[in-house]
Amino acid sequence: MSIIEAKQLVHEYIRRDEEGNVESIQTALDHVDLHVEPGQFIAILGHNGSGKSTLAKHINALLMPNEGTLYVDGKDTKDEKNIWDVRQTAGMVFQNPDNQIIASVVEEDVGFGPENIGVPTEEIWQRVEKSLRSVGMWEYRAHSPNKLSGGQKQRVAIAGVMAMQPKCIVLDEPTAMLDPCGRKEVLRAVHELNRKCGVTIILITHYMEEVVDADQIFVMDEGHIVMQGTPKKIFSDVEQLKKYRLDVPQITLLAYELKKEGLPIPDGILTREELVKILEQQVK
Amino acid sequence: MLKDITLGQYYPAKSVIHQLDPRVKLFGTMLFIISLFSFRGIPAFVLATIFLIWVIHISKVPFSYMVKGLKSIVVLMIITGLFNLFLTPGEVLVKFGIFKITYEGISSAVLMVVRLMYLIIGTSVMTLTTTPNQLTDGLEKALMPFSKIKLPVHEIAMMMSIALRFIPILIEETDKIMKAQMARGADFENGNLLKKAKAMVPLLVPLFVSAFRRANDLAMAMEARCYHGGSGRTKMKPLHYDKTDKIAYVTLISYFALMLVLRFVWVKYIV
Repeated sequence: MSIIEAKQLVHEYIRRDEEGNVESIQTALDHVDLHVEPGQFIAILGHNGSGKSTLAKHINALLMPNEGTLYVDGKDTKDEKNIWDVRQTAGMVFQNPDNQIIASVVEEDVGFGPENIGVPTEEIWQRVEKSLRSVGMWEYRAHSPNKLSGGQKQRVAIAGVMAMQPKCIVLDEPTAMLDPCGRKEVLRAVHELNRKCGVTIILITHYMEEVVDADQIFVMDEGHIVMQGTPKKIFSDVEQLKKYRLDVPQITLLAYELKKEGLPIPDGILTREELVKILEQQVK
Repeated sequence: MLKDITLGQYYPAKSVIHQLDPRVKLFGTMLFIISLFSFRGIPAFVLATIFLIWVIHISKVPFSYMVKGLKSIVVLMIITGLFNLFLTPGEVLVKFGIFKITYEGISSAVLMVVRLMYLIIGTSVMTLTTTPNQLTDGLEKALMPFSKIKLPVHEIAMMMSIALRFIPILIEETDKIMKAQMARGADFENGNLLKKAKAMVPLLVPLFVSAFRRANDLAMAMEARCYHGGSGRTKMKPLHYDKTDKIAYVTLISYFALMLVLRFVWVKYIV
């Protein structure tokens, strides 16, 4: 059974003037189909305003579709009854680490989610310890979030979601406000969760380097899913990606330019090692 | 520059007072304040002094920290003292011009200043030994009975703790905006009061805008983590009374009883 199943999802932002008349309608999602298997690492790419954040908020039932249906772990997000189940199944991590940490002590913030869903006190502590350890922040449990770096804050936010024991975590540009160091930290933590705990990850980003390890990539543009496939497949089509105003990873770009100059290099080179190996063969 | 402001002046130490339940400390502070404003006569004053010194001693917080709080109310103390000194009618001791100092004036001035001093020191004992979080937790639990009359106790406590979390962030943000405006030639330091107030406008507007945006983000993050008010919520750190808390209650109540005895019995029969 798939963990996320979107069928013909439509979402429109309607802007009204003071009298309540419709001024303009902006279609953020236009008949989107999405299918995610449990345990997968999914990346959603797209330029600003492509609808990727809107899609993410649907998965967490923060937004409701205007048309179409979205099933999270078999539950319809449109049904009021399911809303807390859905939010527990699909946790969400936002862009700004400061604006999603609620408590003034790290461990209390991680305990916030379990408190909300009524977990008994002893179990809260077990969950807090487990999830803080899983992102490597256990040593900082008694710290104030204000004293942590951006990457550490974001890992605390991820631990806060993990403590609710979700099957799936949606990360909405979690690294956009971090320095390269923090970015690496967060991605390592996310990959580890995916591998060790089998949590389905949906990573929304516009940093191409972050998605080369994903199982599946979706590229969005103007509310549509325009490309879909493995990283190798997606990054083979540099021309197409450029059309959607997306950058390809630098190594892929280098390979692409070399190929254009006439070197026999295959498409979809993702890592430095791969390129080095192929070039070595060329030299021989 | 703004970063240096510390809020919630918690002094970390391991003492009996630190480990007390925040509700006990809230109740104790209240009782102490009431006792301050109802006592009369030297013996009650001596008792309050002894009690305060004893509590400070076992709290292991250096005395200098307690006195720091007094600095901010020095002006208030002087004004209160002077008003009481000159404006209390009674037996005239010294008289120059329209000003006269009466015997009653001196005693009430001294009394008021001492009361104010003890009030500040007494409440500092609480704020120095209790983290802001514990304080909010304590308030929430202590006010819980009022939720029956539709007082949104949980919401108030939640707002308080979120405010505490965001104060340092907003201070940092103010600092950032200020520097950005200064870099573009804004002047926050010179000019008269009106000019200074006007200079604050380009500071406050972006600050408010960003605060609202933060609030919006935070609300969404809280909802995403299944927050739906206080009902059905469990506590990660529930408050329990243990033996020390009970002893503290008994001590506090006996202190208060003694003060009452001194107030009524002493004043009536001995003086």
